Amino acid sequence: MNIALRTGAVASAAALTLLLAACTPSNEDTKTPSSAAPAMTSEAPAAPSLSGDLAGAGASSQESAMEAWKAGIQATNPDLNISYDPVGSGGGRTQFLDGGVAWAGSDSVLSDEEYVTAVTRCGADGAINLPVYISPIAVIFNIDGIDSISLDAATIAGIFDGKITKWNDAAIAGQNAGVALPDLAITIVHRGDESGTTKNFTDYLNKASNGAWPYDASGDWANALGESGQGTSGLVQIVTDTQGAIGYADFSKAGALGKVSIKVGEAFVAPSAEGAATALATAAPAGKNGDNDLAFKIDRTSTEAGAYPLLLLSYAIVCQKYDDAAVAANVTGFLSYVASAEGQAAAAAAAGSAPLPADLSAKVEAILATIAAN
Amino acid sequence: MTISTAPAPNAVPLTAGRESIADKTFAGVSAFSASLILLILAAVAAFLLTEAWPAITDTSGALAAKVEWLNPEKGETLVSTIGYLVFGTILISTLALLIATPLSIGIALFISHYAPRRLAAGLGYLIDLLAAIPSVVYGLWGSIVLLPVLKPFYTWLGTYLGWFPLFAPDSVTGEVSATGRVALSAAIVLAIMIIPIITAISREVFLQTPKLHEEAALAMGATRWEMIRMAVLPFGRSGIIGATMLGLGRALGETMAVYMIISGGLTYSFGVIQSGKHNTIAAYIATQFPEANSSGVSALIAMGLALFIITLVVNMLARWIVSRRSEFSGVN
Repeated sequence: MNIALRTGAVASAAALTLLLAACTPSNEDTKTPSSAAPAMTSEAPAAPSLSGDLAGAGASSQESAMEAWKAGIQATNPDLNISYDPVGSGGGRTQFLDGGVAWAGSDSVLSDEEYVTAVTRCGADGAINLPVYISPIAVIFNIDGIDSISLDAATIAGIFDGKITKWNDAAIAGQNAGVALPDLAITIVHRGDESGTTKNFTDYLNKASNGAWPYDASGDWANALGESGQGTSGLVQIVTDTQGAIGYADFSKAGALGKVSIKVGEAFVAPSAEGAATALATAAPAGKNGDNDLAFKIDRTSTEAGAYPLLLLSYAIVCQKYDDAAVAANVTGFLSYVASAEGQAAAAAAAGSAPLPADLSAKVEAILATIAAN
Repeated sequence: MTISTAPAPNAVPLTAGRESIADKTFAGVSAFSASLILLILAAVAAFLLTEAWPAITDTSGALAAKVEWLNPEKGETLVSTIGYLVFGTILISTLALLIATPLSIGIALFISHYAPRRLAAGLGYLIDLLAAIPSVVYGLWGSIVLLPVLKPFYTWLGTYLGWFPLFAPDSVTGEVSATGRVALSAAIVLAIMIIPIITAISREVFLQTPKLHEEAALAMGATRWEMIRMAVLPFGRSGIIGATMLGLGRALGETMAVYMIISGGLTYSFGVIQSGKHNTIAAYIATQFPEANSSGVSALIAMGLALFIITLVVNMLARWIVSRRSEFSGVN
């Protein structure tokens, strides 16, 4: 026993040494690039194109598109070093208003108090919201042999609130004459993590379902029903694996799953990039800081033909005037690329978003051209 | 024992001078390493406390306003959320332990006392190999391969053994989970993950049973099973407990596999084949961290602190049991 204990002690001492040895190099590894990076950029000669560091923070919905945008702008401006911290919309706006980052990505527009704070941050002209990212949200389901069904918002709300539990329920069958709905239990699948997709989906249910959805819009799933998937891919996988499952996901990630056409006016509209763009085109302007503030209030109850009001709209929040000319040039240069047809196409390819309508894209670029330094 | 460790008063060292430097160096290095462990532990505890402090001390409700997944209107506070998660963590880990311990002891006994020597060596390696599989692979395997297999089994359990509280179907829908993403699945995968730990340690302990004890038992006419019961198991009892507790430590903190398998929920339900009822602290932190703002991070670290304390208590308990048992295990 004593011998056994001693061998154990030696073994654990050896293990500890290994552990220490393993720790040191990994620490050094992580330090080296971060300390080297600023040195490289500061030594780089000032080129006529964009250069230096540009930091943004905010909504994680823009994150995968942001990767594409970074790569796209750095192809032509190799000296521009962009970082985007996906801390979430609220965190991004706070960091922007504190002056920590040059612009914020946000799924919701500035609040009234934030407009006031922005005057301290940006000067008298304050900050503005510019739409840069649209993604239609599809309600997806998995029933063998059925690609598409039609549902109004109240029925979708009933399903997701556990009031409708079978696929052949009269409420569903009534809107889908001619579709052979099976006698199958409905499995609700929602996001396990807090997400902008959930927030926009529940906002739609809340506003369009005539009270069938009793909860407020929230990024965190409101009721205690159903299955939960981690992230969009986790959710899509559960729906794919489960007969009778229903969930919601960015349209681009929905794949070959069945998609619900939602009721808009008297017609049913399938999710599409064009539908989302139409919904945005009819959205009421909600900017509170002059003509340059392109905030929109998406009308979830829109009756416009072809509009698909179940979508996520994400903004870039910027100052109208920057203190530093280099920062102003970097922000406007980068975001002009983001809003351009080229940038929107890159985002559509990488993140599956819907491109901004051409006139809106041109408008955003024109506004960015007016932003300068004091 | 005492003779060999205590040097005679006027003994001359075997080798002179330079050896004492080596002695001192080695003593210094080991003392440094040992104190480093304490230092790291203290640093982790201090980090958890300072980062969690704003969330723990918040009484004004400002925290709930900033953290979207705390819903005060539903009566949820940080403490009640942690309560649900502690319950889920302990429930799932205990289930995993209940599944893994008998299996592991069986495997360990087979390797140490039943299997032919060649097979035993091969089997031992295979078990160790199980421990080398990363938990994210277990998670993927569990969610893609194991769940479809378990689903019909759960339906069967719910239909025929639904009267037993653990296997009760959901009281609202009257059905068990349609996806199998439930606490029991997580417990099964966790059990597979901790089997190698418990097996390896139990096997080592069983192999150290004094040959004389075993032979004496056999000589008295005991069958092999009686010999194991009389000589091996009493000798290895403290080792088995220690191994089990190490396994429990792993199960409590395991994140990735649970994160990928379970459909999380916050309740005090014992229905382990209902979805959306349980979650573990580690998996919950992993779920909410990517979108958390600074208040959210603070609240999540408070959860981490709770897990840290549970793990510490479990390990201290294990130490205490092992030291208490070893006194009358018949070894000394």
